[in-house]
Amino acid sequence: MIDQSHHYVADHIHQLKPSGIRRFFDLASKLDNVISLGVGEPDFVTPWNVIEASFHSLEQGYTAYTANAGLLELREELSCFLSETYHVSYRAEDQMLITVGASQAIDLAFRAIINPGDEVIVIEPSFVSYAPTIKLAGGEPVIVEATEPFAFKIQPEQIKSAITPKTKAILICSPNNPTGAALNRDELTAIAKLAEQHDLIVVSDEIYADLLYDEEFTSFASIPNMIDRTILISGFSKAFAMTGWRLGYAAGPKAIIEAMTKIHQYTIMCAPTMAQHGALEALRNGRGSVQEMKNSYRQRRNYVVKALNEMGLTCHMPGGAFYVFPSIKATGMSSEAFAEALLEDQRVAVVPGHVFGNSGEGYIRCSYATSMQQLAEAMKRIKRFLDK
Amino acid sequence: MEQKEIELLQLLEKHGRLGTDMIASMLDLTVTEVEEMIEKLERESAILGYSTLINWAKVLERESVTAMIEVKVTPTRGKGFDQVAERIYRFPEVKALYLMSGGYDLSITLEGQTMMEISRFVSDKLSTLDSVVSTVTHFVLKQYKHDGVIFDDNDDQDRRMMVTP
Repeated sequence: MIDQSHHYVADHIHQLKPSGIRRFFDLASKLDNVISLGVGEPDFVTPWNVIEASFHSLEQGYTAYTANAGLLELREELSCFLSETYHVSYRAEDQMLITVGASQAIDLAFRAIINPGDEVIVIEPSFVSYAPTIKLAGGEPVIVEATEPFAFKIQPEQIKSAITPKTKAILICSPNNPTGAALNRDELTAIAKLAEQHDLIVVSDEIYADLLYDEEFTSFASIPNMIDRTILISGFSKAFAMTGWRLGYAAGPKAIIEAMTKIHQYTIMCAPTMAQHGALEALRNGRGSVQEMKNSYRQRRNYVVKALNEMGLTCHMPGGAFYVFPSIKATGMSSEAFAEALLEDQRVAVVPGHVFGNSGEGYIRCSYATSMQQLAEAMKRIKRFLDK
Repeated sequence: MEQKEIELLQLLEKHGRLGTDMIASMLDLTVTEVEEMIEKLERESAILGYSTLINWAKVLERESVTAMIEVKVTPTRGKGFDQVAERIYRFPEVKALYLMSGGYDLSITLEGQTMMEISRFVSDKLSTLDSVVSTVTHFVLKQYKHDGVIFDDNDDQDRRMMVTP
């Protein structure tokens, strides 16, 4: 029987393009002996003390719901963590919300602030969910493009010229997925000025904050006057290698967090309890592990950037996250054709840049969250592919 | 010691066969700089040697026995525990020797071909030393982890999906 059920799917969902990542996943999964540089998550397993703490919470019978906003104890610990590490101060009681991954926090943020037709400025290349999430919330993503000549750092004039009377918010993600570009304090301050002039909210996705290698991280909310117009979003996935636990958080002005919590309470109830107990241990005793993983990522980054540049795939030294975004323009191929041929020919999976926005065309995303041995073998294979 | 030297040592401690060129690019140094750094660390005896961690259980022809021995000793005047320690650690079958706090003084890790060989060492060589008061020998039944490495073939499996955003 032919499945006719697509008739029932809502129009605006029909119009939503499926992520280009999916297609690549299907291709790569069919082949053997593939080295994947296509994974957007740490290769480390969650630190054992975190796993053990979660076991313990289950053994103790912590299997019920928590408060909608998450365990107060966890929010308190997070509040201390944010103030010690990033010099931003949030009240655990009413300015913080524990979510199911940072992705849910992003979804909630837009649903809480967008009126139909409101515009949100999105800097591409970007994480694949941003624009769809804004659309699902009834908003209009307005794309500005960070380009290679500026090391994939958005220029304030670009944001300025995208602002209209309908603009409600700017979404920033630094360090960035897929480019690894990280904005410093001065660059963020320039965006802050625009936000203030035009009374905009800034949704700051700081999920890679702990993976910034050469300088100290600046939280957008720590810039003077910004704490009242910033929704800070982060989570445990990347720094603590906890992607599968699905645990993130949002911190922001009271009324916005309350609005987000309202949606959260009706749709999710609360983030998984055992994951929250694991996160508590991560914050209390997991910082050493983060430092170790960070050192390892930094060494791999240095190696990969040098290797790619030497073989003619030019790339900037990314400030953070665990991605490099080399140009493949010299090959004359589209990024999709390049990625597909590399996969077929040499069994190395990378993600074609265009899935992160049109401005990603001509680039590929290589994740260096994989072992040095695998990275070295991948570099050999890519070189062999280019030499052909 | 500067930060890069510490990082170099940490890399080599985990993976002694890492090539100089690889180390150089990982630490953002030149190959010559890495070579000089290694030479210096060897000269200063910060690097004592390079060894390979082998799971001998995988090598069928070679059976060996490991024992941990707790030893109570009488320290020597003026020399403390060092004199008797030296008498013991000079034996090549002694793989490790530590001075311990707590219920006994010295902890020996001993390797031999057979249990007989180990018991002969304890009765002939160790117990007969003047300073040795008593010994307790524990035989190792199975090795799960050594020097930070887990002896399980499935431990390093990558359980991630092939491509994720």
